Amino acid sequence: MNRFEKGSLIVSSSPHVSSDTTTSKIMRDVLIALIPAMIAATVIFGARVLILTAVCIISCIIFEYIFNRIAERKSTIGDFSAAVTGAILAFNLPPNFPYWMAVIGCFVAIVIVKQLFGGIGQNFANPAITARVVLLVSFSTAMTSWPTAKPILSAADAVTAATPLSLFAKGELDSLPSNLDMLLGTIGGSAGETCAIAILIGGLYLVARKVISLVIPASFLGTMIVMSLITGNDPIFHILAGGAMLGAFFMATDYSTSPMTNGGKVVFGIGCGFLTMMIRLYGSYPEGVSFAILFMNIVTPHIDNLSRRKLYGGGGK
Amino acid sequence: MGLFKRHLKGIHVDYRKNTMECKTEIMPVPKRLYISMVQHIGAPCVPLVSPGDEVKVGQKIGDSDAFVSAPIHSSVSGKVIAIEDIMSSLGTKDKTIVIESDGLQTLCQGLTPPQVSTREEFVKAVRASGLVGLGGAAFPTHVKYSPKNIDDVKILIINGAECEPYITSDYRTMLESTKHVVNGARLVMKYLGLEKCYIGIEDNKPKAIAAISEEAAGDPSIEILTLRSQYPQGAERVLIYEATGRPLPPGKLPADIGVLVSNVSSVSFISRYFKTGMPMMRKRITVDGDAVCTPKNLYAPIGAQIKDVIDFCGGYKSVARKIIMGGPMMGRAIYDDDKAIIKNNNAILAFNEDQVTEHPETGCIKCGRCVASCPLDLMPTYIAKAYEAEDIDMLKKLKVTICMECGCCSYVCPAKKQLALTNRLAKKLVLEGGAAK
Repeated sequence: MNRFEKGSLIVSSSPHVSSDTTTSKIMRDVLIALIPAMIAATVIFGARVLILTAVCIISCIIFEYIFNRIAERKSTIGDFSAAVTGAILAFNLPPNFPYWMAVIGCFVAIVIVKQLFGGIGQNFANPAITARVVLLVSFSTAMTSWPTAKPILSAADAVTAATPLSLFAKGELDSLPSNLDMLLGTIGGSAGETCAIAILIGGLYLVARKVISLVIPASFLGTMIVMSLITGNDPIFHILAGGAMLGAFFMATDYSTSPMTNGGKVVFGIGCGFLTMMIRLYGSYPEGVSFAILFMNIVTPHIDNLSRRKLYGGGGK
Repeated sequence: MGLFKRHLKGIHVDYRKNTMECKTEIMPVPKRLYISMVQHIGAPCVPLVSPGDEVKVGQKIGDSDAFVSAPIHSSVSGKVIAIEDIMSSLGTKDKTIVIESDGLQTLCQGLTPPQVSTREEFVKAVRASGLVGLGGAAFPTHVKYSPKNIDDVKILIINGAECEPYITSDYRTMLESTKHVVNGARLVMKYLGLEKCYIGIEDNKPKAIAAISEEAAGDPSIEILTLRSQYPQGAERVLIYEATGRPLPPGKLPADIGVLVSNVSSVSFISRYFKTGMPMMRKRITVDGDAVCTPKNLYAPIGAQIKDVIDFCGGYKSVARKIIMGGPMMGRAIYDDDKAIIKNNNAILAFNEDQVTEHPETGCIKCGRCVASCPLDLMPTYIAKAYEAEDIDMLKKLKVTICMECGCCSYVCPAKKQLALTNRLAKKLVLEGGAAK
């Protein structure tokens, strides 16, 4: 009969059990959810997409590791959040984007946006989106040169094509691709954002795994649909075009930069959808998802403050 | 109200009710008992015996003049060998009467069922029985039963939810003492002038629901409330809301909104006491956990040490690394097994190395799981932030003081933050800060 040694019992505060969900498991689920879009992008644009994604993931991890070392913080590369940032940033870049520019984007995302604000959970803006915006204003030509969708290994020299949204912005409505092409992603655009169906599969996987709730994607895309109908545009076109799907499921749902309560999430999603459509319809940029999400990231703390909940059963004030 | 009634948030937790089919066994009285004078919320009892005195089973050995207190009775016949301050399971040094058993279990004379006809006499009898809230709070029952506005109180809620993992002692009470549970509820209703009784039971205990329903059949004043199995369904505030749709405002007592809540074991005890006159001397507890040889439900004499209880269950199967008095969600981890059973214990859980793996804490990712799981709609991650900044005004705004420490927030946190602990510390900060101002 084994007894314990005196003084060896663990004394800790309740609860004494905890769920098996950890940050690493959540981030791993996000990476898994990105796989369908990854495969689709490789089929559509060629293997260079894989290399671009690998470059982004690896440089994000290296930047995070180096920063943690310099700042004498505990290494956080094990929680896979840097890998997620890298993958999402790569999906937001044109398939033939120069690697060295992508590395600069990773530096902005990990060092400037995430780590300088205190690391995981402390950043007020989504690292991948901010990096994309920084790259867009720094290297606008490279960021807006889209190869045509062709399953070849060297997509880099392919003919530059227009994205559906740039055609839309120019008013060339007759040359827009069909909604089926848009759904399958055989159109010009950023590496991981064109194949709506693949992104949707990944997004629904996250919902099923309870990593994200449907509130933000639904209110985001729902607002876009309503605004399209009001302004007499094709709602299907708008939610399939550009980065709407990727943004709604993978970027607007980023925990640290979106509100916590369901009420706050609805406000956030509507704001994202509204701003996206305003930029698309009336702004000088053809696409507005990144700007919309970035703007809503900034107002998130205020949404959180205003959406503090009432107590159980509505009791108490 | 009903239209907008919200569902309990809380968490789905692995129930592990391994001892559901274990019939309650009576544990023999050990050689030595350690009966603490602090077994309830309120004033500690003063020993009525001195070292060297002979005591009998059921003899009152501790009492207090204070209203908020409950007398303590001996669970053994024998000799008082010492009265000393001993560190109890609550972590405080409490006056403890140490009694050596003579092995005879001679009953104290004059233990007869109380004769009552009025509310006052009933409440007095409940006090004399030594009953405290057996659900875990250990609030003296007679105090709960004498609110200022007793005439406005019409509803009795009996808590049979037992939402903590592992524990099945209330479940066994409902199965083995079905008659007493229903009769106890009737007694309380009769003498306190209540009109309606709800007995709340989680839907993972169909046998208990069937047994109680059958016993209460044909009585329109008693209604069985089948609750969804979700932790913490048995929390007072939650149960009141589920039963009546009435929210319990912070700082108010259930009686303020016309409700009294008692545990199934408490009302079962009342019925038994009015039948036999035997005061509070033993407690039905669940003993479980991987470090225990034979998990059981048993009647433990008040004052028995945990090691005696574990020995009765075949001893330790493997080396214990954590022993908990109570359930894994809200129970108290103790540092040694020489602590004694007190009235409100409902479980002893002993876990070995495999079951106590602690996860390292990582940074908050603001996922909002704690906010989504809080049954009282608090925002634990914000409370933690305000606590770190010692922002008492913010903590008050965040209503941290109503936190019941159910532990849902810590349970769901992917960063493995000890949010319930932070809430506890924050509550203390608010109470102390409030006093200083």
